Amino acid sequence: MKNLITLLLLLILSFGAYASEGVELQEADVDVGDKASLLRGAKHFVTYCLGCHSMKQIRYLRIALDTHADEKEVLTDIAPLGASIYDQIHSAMNKHDAEKWFGTQPPDLSLIARSRGADWLYSYLKSYYSDKSRPFGVNNLVFEDTAMPNPLWQLQGEQHAVTRKTIYGDRVDLVLEKEGALSEKEFDLMVNDLVNFLVYAGEPAQLERQGMGKYVLIFLFLFLVLAYLLKKEYWKDIH
Amino acid sequence: MKSSRLTACGEWVLDRFPLASLWKDHMTHYYAPKNFNFWYFFGSLALLVLVNQFITGILLTMNYKPDAKLAFDSVEYIMRDVSWGWLVRYMHSTGASAFFIVVYLHMFRGIMYGSFKQPRELIWIFGMLIFVALMAEAFMGYLLPWGQMSYWGAQVIISLFSAIPVIGDDLSLWIRGDYVISDATLNRFFAFHVIAVPLVLVMLVFMHIVALHEVGSNNPDGIDIKKVKDANGVPLDGIPFHPYYTVKDLVGVGVFLIFFATVIFYMPEMGGYFLEHANFIPADPMKTPEHIAPVWYFTPFYAILRAIPDKFAGVIGMGGAIVVLFLLPWLDRNPVRSIRYRGGIYKKALALFVISFIALGYLGTQPATPVATNVARVFTVIYFGFFLLMPLYTRWEKTKPVPERVTVELSLEEQLPALIEAFEEITEVAPEPVEDGSHHAFRSVFFSRRPNPEGMRNVATRLAKKLKESLD
Repeated sequence: MKNLITLLLLLILSFGAYASEGVELQEADVDVGDKASLLRGAKHFVTYCLGCHSMKQIRYLRIALDTHADEKEVLTDIAPLGASIYDQIHSAMNKHDAEKWFGTQPPDLSLIARSRGADWLYSYLKSYYSDKSRPFGVNNLVFEDTAMPNPLWQLQGEQHAVTRKTIYGDRVDLVLEKEGALSEKEFDLMVNDLVNFLVYAGEPAQLERQGMGKYVLIFLFLFLVLAYLLKKEYWKDIH
Repeated sequence: MKSSRLTACGEWVLDRFPLASLWKDHMTHYYAPKNFNFWYFFGSLALLVLVNQFITGILLTMNYKPDAKLAFDSVEYIMRDVSWGWLVRYMHSTGASAFFIVVYLHMFRGIMYGSFKQPRELIWIFGMLIFVALMAEAFMGYLLPWGQMSYWGAQVIISLFSAIPVIGDDLSLWIRGDYVISDATLNRFFAFHVIAVPLVLVMLVFMHIVALHEVGSNNPDGIDIKKVKDANGVPLDGIPFHPYYTVKDLVGVGVFLIFFATVIFYMPEMGGYFLEHANFIPADPMKTPEHIAPVWYFTPFYAILRAIPDKFAGVIGMGGAIVVLFLLPWLDRNPVRSIRYRGGIYKKALALFVISFIALGYLGTQPATPVATNVARVFTVIYFGFFLLMPLYTRWEKTKPVPERVTVELSLEEQLPALIEAFEEITEVAPEPVEDGSHHAFRSVFFSRRPNPEGMRNVATRLAKKLKESLD
């Protein structure tokens, strides 16, 4: 009987080995409390993503309120020309055109950080490499055969995939071939700001709930202490 | 004494409605055994979560749109633009998972202390019906956010009905109201989720409690406290439910709410177990997700379904896993209720059952690789073995003598000295010399605790011996 239990436990544990697959993701440094980073990320989003992707679940006003930024500044610095502060972040891309050009409609990015995760987005945006066989000349390590061209290629430069043989098998590394407008460090920071903004936009309420949580917990601890003392008082004559 | 107008009004109502006797019968003169332990908190907590789901659910319906085109966005509208909408929605989504945690623990308590046995079979049956209704409620509620997992989870589960011979295809068509999950399905699931199933749930909970109060509560010793009564006919080991257990349950509520609030405010997705990542993508009938997994509380049954090679047999297996639970009062042939006085064979069988239930739950969340499927088969056999072999092994069991009166366990507070003693034993205090002339000068010797290997070994052996003893 005991052997059977240990055998079963071993079997369960051995699954961990099967579970991990795919490319190792790079860690994004997410801090939604960093308002300056959120504003930079919002600007990057409008500059590099909004051409194709909408973010319809959030309004410019909400961004201004949550980052304590001036509404006028958000309109002039971040929002595209002609947008109202009450507008949702809509893209000008026509659905039929998108279908024709990319073979698919670019998804709305309001919740992309909640479905994909920050690390995935960070790694994805950094993992484009030249691949002549693809329609846009680029492929991606994290999301193979992605329909999206690299929107940040001018900033990052061009990367090439180099396959190396290691004792664990083949390992693909990306090597920068042609320098971009930004240094590697600047580019990482820029992508991180963008991802930070996407994480915030996925759930603006997270700013509120994390701040509120500690007061709720303090109240509940006080309630628990009172409830416990009450119980003790009532139960002291029960033996 | 001159009665005021207010008391006169009160009298008027009491003359026409038996409020006083209801309160007396079910609260102040309902005698519960005095030795309830940790496991007895989960019944009242289930009621608390039910109330939470009702209140937050009603608030959600005020802004939710049961329409395939609007549903997903209306949920995000609640999360972003409705005042406190995010809190209400997280309370509801976390409440759904909390409901199952609490109910699974409540059911385990029943199995452990034999609360399903004569004369409480009907309480168990009502409880199982509540469990089935709860699963239906959770399954239909999960479609409403209209995310990818909502859609494809429902597609997979409803297509199971088509495995039934002859009527299968027509039956699944009738349930969906369309050839695929669609707006028609969403609308009818909304109707079931917000009114039909909740009504059934409330009625079943009422009957569960009425049946319980008719025969009285079981206890960790599995003793009938009504056998020993005082001159007034009050059980000697019983105490009035109110105020004793109302104040005690309040402590349980406090602890539960601390966990509940921690999840709501700091980890509402619970790593993708309470809110699945793929459900943040709007439902797309043209795109199947690569890995469809139900929410964690269904995964043990889902793993059983996938473990059986034939689809129809799998459906039977999954349904059977729930049906056998209904039969528990008649499968267990041993008259001793509590695990405390039962034989080693039952304790080991129950331990195996718990391991297999948790393992199946884990396997249900993972992709079905050939190895995983084979392991799930082993655990499925153990799951059914626990129930179907029960009439045999409960007969061979060597039980211990059951005491006449209830035994009272030490409370956490009373166990504290023993815990401190164990801590003292596994650590040792070693004096550390302090460098001269430093700012520590006012303390000549600096003490620090470090682990004591010998003490640790002693405590571990004692625990292992105790565990072995308790399993015999």
